[in-house]
Amino acid sequence: MKFGVIQFPGSNCDQDVFHVLKHVLGQETVYLWHKDESLQGADAVIVPGGFSYGDYLRCGAIARFSPVMRSVVAHAAAGGPVMGICNGFQILCESGLLPGALIRNKGLHFVCRHVHIRSETPQTPFTCQIRTGAALKIPVAHGEGCYFADDATLARIEKNGQVVFRYCDAYGRLDGDATGACGSINPNGSRNNIAGICNEKRNVLGMMPHPERAAERELGSTDGLALFEGLAHTLALKGCLQ
Amino acid sequence: MKNVPMTPELIAKHGITPDEFKLILDILKREPNLTELGIFSVMWSEHCSYKNSKPELRKFPTSSAATLVKAGEENAGVIDIGDGLAIAFKIESHNHPSAVEPFQGAATGVGGIIRDIFTMGARPVALMNSLRFGEIRGDSAQAKTNRRLFAGVVSGISHYGNCIGLPTVGGEVYFDESYSGNPLVNVFCLGVLRHDQIQRGKATGEGNPVFYVGAKTGRDGLAGAAFASRDLTEESKEDRPAVQVGDPFLEKLLLEACLELFRHPEAVVGVQDMGAAGLTCSTCETASRAGTGIEIDLAKVPQRETGMTPYEIMLSESQERMLIIVRKGHEKTVLDIFKKWDLDAAEIGHVTSDGIMRVKNHGETVVEIPARRLADEAPVYSREARQPKPAPQLCAENLPQPDSRASLLKLLASPSIASKRWVYEQYDHMVRNGATVLPGSDAAVVRIPFETHDGVVFKNLAMTTDCNGFYCLLNPKVGGLIAVAEAARNLACSGAHPLAVTDNLNFGNPHHPENFHQLRECVEGIAEACRFFNTPVTGGNVSLYNQSPAGAIDPTPTIGMVGLIDDPTHITTQWFKQADDAIILLGGVGPSCLGGSQFAKEILGRKEGPCPEIDLEKELRLHDSVRAAIRMGLVKSAHDCSEGGLAVALAESCFAPSEAIGAEVDLSALENGKLADDVLFNESQSRVILTTRWENAGALLECLSARGQEATRIGRTGGDHLKIRLSSGQLEWAVTEMQNAWEECLPKCMGS
Repeated sequence: MKFGVIQFPGSNCDQDVFHVLKHVLGQETVYLWHKDESLQGADAVIVPGGFSYGDYLRCGAIARFSPVMRSVVAHAAAGGPVMGICNGFQILCESGLLPGALIRNKGLHFVCRHVHIRSETPQTPFTCQIRTGAALKIPVAHGEGCYFADDATLARIEKNGQVVFRYCDAYGRLDGDATGACGSINPNGSRNNIAGICNEKRNVLGMMPHPERAAERELGSTDGLALFEGLAHTLALKGCLQ
Repeated sequence: MKNVPMTPELIAKHGITPDEFKLILDILKREPNLTELGIFSVMWSEHCSYKNSKPELRKFPTSSAATLVKAGEENAGVIDIGDGLAIAFKIESHNHPSAVEPFQGAATGVGGIIRDIFTMGARPVALMNSLRFGEIRGDSAQAKTNRRLFAGVVSGISHYGNCIGLPTVGGEVYFDESYSGNPLVNVFCLGVLRHDQIQRGKATGEGNPVFYVGAKTGRDGLAGAAFASRDLTEESKEDRPAVQVGDPFLEKLLLEACLELFRHPEAVVGVQDMGAAGLTCSTCETASRAGTGIEIDLAKVPQRETGMTPYEIMLSESQERMLIIVRKGHEKTVLDIFKKWDLDAAEIGHVTSDGIMRVKNHGETVVEIPARRLADEAPVYSREARQPKPAPQLCAENLPQPDSRASLLKLLASPSIASKRWVYEQYDHMVRNGATVLPGSDAAVVRIPFETHDGVVFKNLAMTTDCNGFYCLLNPKVGGLIAVAEAARNLACSGAHPLAVTDNLNFGNPHHPENFHQLRECVEGIAEACRFFNTPVTGGNVSLYNQSPAGAIDPTPTIGMVGLIDDPTHITTQWFKQADDAIILLGGVGPSCLGGSQFAKEILGRKEGPCPEIDLEKELRLHDSVRAAIRMGLVKSAHDCSEGGLAVALAESCFAPSEAIGAEVDLSALENGKLADDVLFNESQSRVILTTRWENAGALLECLSARGQEATRIGRTGGDHLKIRLSSGQLEWAVTEMQNAWEECLPKCMGS
């Protein structure tokens, strides 16, 4: 199996994702340059964090028009797994692969810290090995990570079980304020504490927290590794069935 | 243009003295034109030429066995870290721009120091910053201004560093009235390279083409270096055009394109970033270093605006630009790489052999100056130094004795000591997956991956910035010694041995003999301590004229120090790790009194001496002892005593990020006749708090005493209170009470 990590000119978490996939998981991993349409035969595509094209207009707004994103959209339409992290999540929303939008943090500041997120469903290629309700310790680092969708959309994704992760406390509890202020469990004021969602077909995941920053013991948490392991597991199974 | 008459007013407006003008006439053998005058003005500013500080800077030790590139040779020094790897690091100030436009001033400071590092061929991997502001508490107009500056600087740093994808892993922030209206913004960057990747800023090889790459030139930052070499006044806001505007996305492209180009050593002869004094500095310095000349045509310079004069183009400090000297015949390599990254790359001239920096505009010569004399022969001044009248001294006998319990809470809630979470959570401190010790401990630790035959392995670097301006005010020499000693102590506590130092000398106007005295004494202290700890100064920055109408800032020679941790299991943090560990105090309650302490300043409201003392032999013994104990696996946590003294150090040790842990200590046997406040809050140097498993306490004490290190078991960790027993009675604080005071200070002040 092969993983592809997209490189926009302003991607800055690309090397981190690459390191985790290649050196921690030992998987074949390639970079996919934004100007190329080819996905080089990657079975799964990761859209990493960063500031794709500087993001002066709106996060991810320009990235959706890049040649590589046309291929990613096609890959997703064919059922291939796609994972957008942080800026990658913003790009997937802008590209129409995921519903809703990420807006400015409620506290107005950029926020970088370890948070806890509760896994809401094992029915995605990424969370298949994670116990529902488990609180994962994974860092966030963003200025525009407040998940917003209108009431109808929100009701729909909740009903479909498309909410994959919610901000919670260390014990997986959701109660507490949602002000996005320093110290609260919801770091950005996201509606319904949403930290990550998937599409209806469940093969596209977008999340604000950075699982690649929580994949080695030296960095303070290995809770994020389960997502990449889950994805590798899914791809391996798929390989067996084919 | 050539006909502008050189009036005394015009010359003075460019900050050129009559004597300096005579020297210019001597160099040119004719009158300069306006562009040439502008060029001399920026190149001979303090910021570019160090004309007031050079004789002092020569006192620094500049090499050790690990030095690959020495201070002053290039944009940044380079230090060997083994296995064919090296690091380049440097600190630089952006004080003046930040005073008039805090967001862009700080942002472009970050951009500038990052360019200094990748110019050396290194990939930048970590940032730190050392900041100073005036009082931010209260409703005064001044406090509001200081809050605006603080918020603006932090968001500017956050904007630039986060976007370019470099972690800001540590640093320091202090608040004192002397910085009101004249904040200090010192930014540090560290990069990693292989020995064979070191780039030089030399324009060698006659006929080699000179390329301009990166952003287009605009009118921003005109003569910024000259602006930074003046006092700040009410009128300084008029200088806002001297502040540059940063574009971190563009710099990210420039960084990646340059590092990609440097993988083609056959194509690159020399590299120099365009920072202070922009195109002027980069052309004449590369030629001067190589002993060559350089000729460029301004018509070929990519320009953002139309109608720019040669004066404006040469003096612009537009950001995100580099000068690259290319080996003839390899132009296409450069053009292809920069096209891939969608950046401008223009051949603007070539290297010559006549030693002249020649600038043409559409073929017409507008500047002709001997490059070396311009770059290296700025006049050097030895300024008059006079010892200021000594600061008043606290006298122990008749000091008020406020409630010690309340004093600790007040100190924890004072902005200089309080938690800096409000600051560092705005910085992405985790990107690049390198920070193994996150902000908040004595030193930041960053792991550097590199490929070997056995796969990816890591080097572990510890880094810190330190300076106590209050000490430097009271005794500049000792303040300088302590700044270096504290940095080395922080590294020792993290398990590292120090390698080298970069310094940022922030002082007032050097024409005032008192200010110059402070500069000279601080430098002597730093130089002595750097020799003692075998940590050469690899480069840095001098920022003088930090002077508002209210007077000069406290002398602030910020020290950035980097060390290596041999084994990742030696990485140590300051926080208590579990209940029932033994707490060992190294260095006792110390010889110094409350003079110079945060207690004196914050609680008694008296900015008075004497400055704490320091004994370097004792200090080094402490560091060696701490490192030895860490290497033996006997240390669970290590924290040095600094601002706020022993009590604050104990409280901070309780605030473990995962789970706070209390402690019970007994200091009654160590008091040495000191009063309670003195025991708790004096800032005696050379002291560290260690914890160890209870059953290892004997072994640890033995290891320390074998090295002649004074050490005492003072208590045990555990519980949810900090309890301190003194002969006058027991003091008790709930850990949550302390932590709330400490955590809430900055969010409360800043309203979020």
